[in-house]
Amino acid sequence: MDLDAVAEWSRLVVSAAVIVYLTAWLAFCAEAGTLSRARRTAAAAQEHERELVTAGSHGAGAGATSVSDDAVEPGHAHPSGEVEQQAERMGRIGRVVLIAATVVLAIGVSMRGLGTERMPWGNMYEFSITGALVASVVFLGLARTAAGRAVAVWAVLLVFITLGAAVTVLYVPPGPLQPALESYWLVIHVGMAVVAFGLFTVSAVISALQIVAERSAKRGAVHGFGASLPPERTLDRLAYRLTAVGFPIWTFGPLILGAVWAEVSWGRFWGWDPKEVWALITWLAYAAYLHARATAGWKGSKASVVALIAYATVLFSYFGVNIFFNGLHSYGGL
Amino acid sequence: MSTKTRAPALKPVEFGRWIWRQLTSMRIALMLLFLLAVAAIPGSVLPQSDIDPVAVSAFRARNPELSEWYDRLGMFDVYSAPWFAAIYLALMVSLVGCILPRTWQHWKAMRSEPPRAPRRLSRMPAYRQVEVDATPDEVLALARAELRSRRFKLAADRGDGAVSAEAGRLRETGNVLFHLCLVVVLLAVAGGGLFGYRANVLIPEGSGFTNQVIQFDSLSAGPMFDQSDLPPFSLDLESFEMDFIESGPQQGTADHYEATVRFVPEPGAEPRTETIRVNEPLEVDGSLIHIINPGYAPAFTVRDADGTILAEGPVAFLPQDDNFTSTGVVKVQVPPEDGDDLGIEAVFYPTAVLDEKGPRSVFPAPRNPAVFLTAYHGDLGLDDGRPESVFRLDLERMQQFEGENGEPYRKALSVGDTAELPNGSYITFDGYVTWANFQISRNSGKEIALVGAVVAVLGLMGSLYLRRRRVWVRAAVGEQGRTVVEVAGLHRAENSAGDQLTDEVGAVTDGLMLRLNGSEQDRES
Ligand code: HEM
Repeated sequence: MDLDAVAEWSRLVVSAAVIVYLTAWLAFCAEAGTLSRARRTAAAAQEHERELVTAGSHGAGAGATSVSDDAVEPGHAHPSGEVEQQAERMGRIGRVVLIAATVVLAIGVSMRGLGTERMPWGNMYEFSITGALVASVVFLGLARTAAGRAVAVWAVLLVFITLGAAVTVLYVPPGPLQPALESYWLVIHVGMAVVAFGLFTVSAVISALQIVAERSAKRGAVHGFGASLPPERTLDRLAYRLTAVGFPIWTFGPLILGAVWAEVSWGRFWGWDPKEVWALITWLAYAAYLHARATAGWKGSKASVVALIAYATVLFSYFGVNIFFNGLHSYGGL
Repeated sequence: MSTKTRAPALKPVEFGRWIWRQLTSMRIALMLLFLLAVAAIPGSVLPQSDIDPVAVSAFRARNPELSEWYDRLGMFDVYSAPWFAAIYLALMVSLVGCILPRTWQHWKAMRSEPPRAPRRLSRMPAYRQVEVDATPDEVLALARAELRSRRFKLAADRGDGAVSAEAGRLRETGNVLFHLCLVVVLLAVAGGGLFGYRANVLIPEGSGFTNQVIQFDSLSAGPMFDQSDLPPFSLDLESFEMDFIESGPQQGTADHYEATVRFVPEPGAEPRTETIRVNEPLEVDGSLIHIINPGYAPAFTVRDADGTILAEGPVAFLPQDDNFTSTGVVKVQVPPEDGDDLGIEAVFYPTAVLDEKGPRSVFPAPRNPAVFLTAYHGDLGLDDGRPESVFRLDLERMQQFEGENGEPYRKALSVGDTAELPNGSYITFDGYVTWANFQISRNSGKEIALVGAVVAVLGLMGSLYLRRRRVWVRAAVGEQGRTVVEVAGLHRAENSAGDQLTDEVGAVTDGLMLRLNGSEQDRES
């Protein structure tokens, strides 16, 4: 079989995955939307009931007391059963479609790998689709928890955008690598960078939501987007755990193996080139995040802000450095 | 103005202590981490003189005034600038100052016993209570066995009717190990810089060199580097092959470089043949020989009007683009009594195409090699002792030859062609060879740095994934005469979820019940 053709078709498969992700995203939106509408209705009912209670009509609320008797967290009113079921159905559809999308994407990524006869992370296009696949798998793992589902809408949107950009702007036709890249170090080094990239991405989405959730909890909001999120402590912990998995991978893959590879390839293990510098900056930023969480005054959204800054450096380490510092002559207008 | 009374002035010792406490606080560590990250940015944006001096000169030429300021701030040498060093040294001091006391505390903690059970176990974040028929002593013995099988460290029996256990102490060990290893890595890198060296030498196919400082084109070495450390090998480049991708979207991209060298490890030793490829350096006594970049060296013969050879052989040209359009010069020194020096400036095109866009190379491999040249006469200035580039002519005392129509003299030659210069000399384009730029380097301390880094990651994983927690089991005869067993847990790590601890306390309780049932078939109430 013509391997180049396999690699070329992979683009079509990845494009198809983009559409399936879009479908999953719409389903998750529908779930979130339905839930939030139901919650608003329930909150209104609760409000209404409270008014009645304060007015002294004891009998009126009897039928609906489950609302106030339940140990409901503030701001988490119970939506009515039927609507909840409907939302649940949308959520299930979303998850199934998401699994389908992940499988299609995995096929697309594998075809690219088979077609080029190497690991599919040799350029920005390949890195992006593989990174999106990792994020998607991490996310499927999370989708079993309530907190995970709450971030579904955003995580899937991000995967969708990344893939969309990959098949359009970032696309590079298949081909072999430059001699400097032909090494098994590439497989491990870049492979670990992709995995950490995927983990940091999902983690960053959760950190962003944590900030929103904490703000809305501070305001005591009962409905609206913030109130529909899981408790901010849960989000905070989830984001931390994902980063805690990603950080050693980043330390080992991009930094340590990067240095080993640089020594084999260029005869020096650290040369302050922009890529190395940015990998270090990212590492320092995440170390700052981990320290922030260990410092009393920096819990919650303050730490999340640090996490988001750290994620910005991840994005720059990859996209920024490749785009802005590509040649040694591109320093021009600065 | 503030109405507060001023704090009494601090004595120097107190002030010193205050500074130290600040410096070793977590908050400052956090700021220094951020500061270092930010400080590293300009070095990635602006050209750096030890990485790309050419780009720095270009930048200076474009922005002379700005460059003056940048020079004052060390912006072209960020990573060796004093302010950069100040930040990472402060971070290191902070780290050591923070970690050493913790190491000491942890050392003591490791050798101490898990503390006594608190009086009210039910106040602990995780708690279970069951009643059993076994006696308190039986229960406690089985609880010890259960906790030991879960790899808890147990306190000696204090006779207080309770078992104290602790697990996950390695978390702090990991944390300490990680931070200490960071220091090891940094010291190894800094120390290596003192002893290491890096040299470059450009060798055309068919030539060679011996590993001595005078033969290098450039050398950068640490202050402790000693010339006699250089391994005394010599090397001849027998062939250097470059393959390029012939077709497809990546046409023209380098596919493979391979140098075949005749290698003599030390004077008088048996020569052997070695191959050096990209990613496959040759290792000699801790020094590495790498191919850094390749190029072409067109070969010329220059004769005077009588046919006497003035110069011959390949001359390395510098590639200017991905298709290896290469520029270089041939300098022909002529004794003053015989006339002017000759200087030839030429461009070599491996696959030359000449059309309305002018001459250019469309492929990096030599499919249709050609040179376009012009020539100068005058004084090359080779004798005045000034350093000069082998890739450029000093045109100060040279004049360009003119062609028949009064235009500057130009000629295009294919392999084997000869051109006559206006002064009657001849230049023949004999062919070309390839050249490779070799780097000989030693990175001292790299093994220590690597081991330190790997241990650091292991310590980090311990620090991130282990949870330090305590479990207590208390058994006492209750009011109804049955034994009341309380199991409680407390975790030290902020980041672990409470439900994990609850699960664990549940599991300990269940395990204990199983053991009790196993030993006595007790009924659980
Ligand atoms: C290059 C500088 C540093 C890096 C890369 C770094 C990295 C880290 C990382 C990744 C952790 C997370 C481990 C965990 O959560 O248990 C951590 C924890 C910690 N770091 Fe650092 N650190 C640095 C400097 C410092 C300094 C200067 C101090 C002291 C002021 C310090 C004190 C600590 C402490 C006490 C912890 C444990 C926090 C806890 O109890 O969870 N570190 N460090």
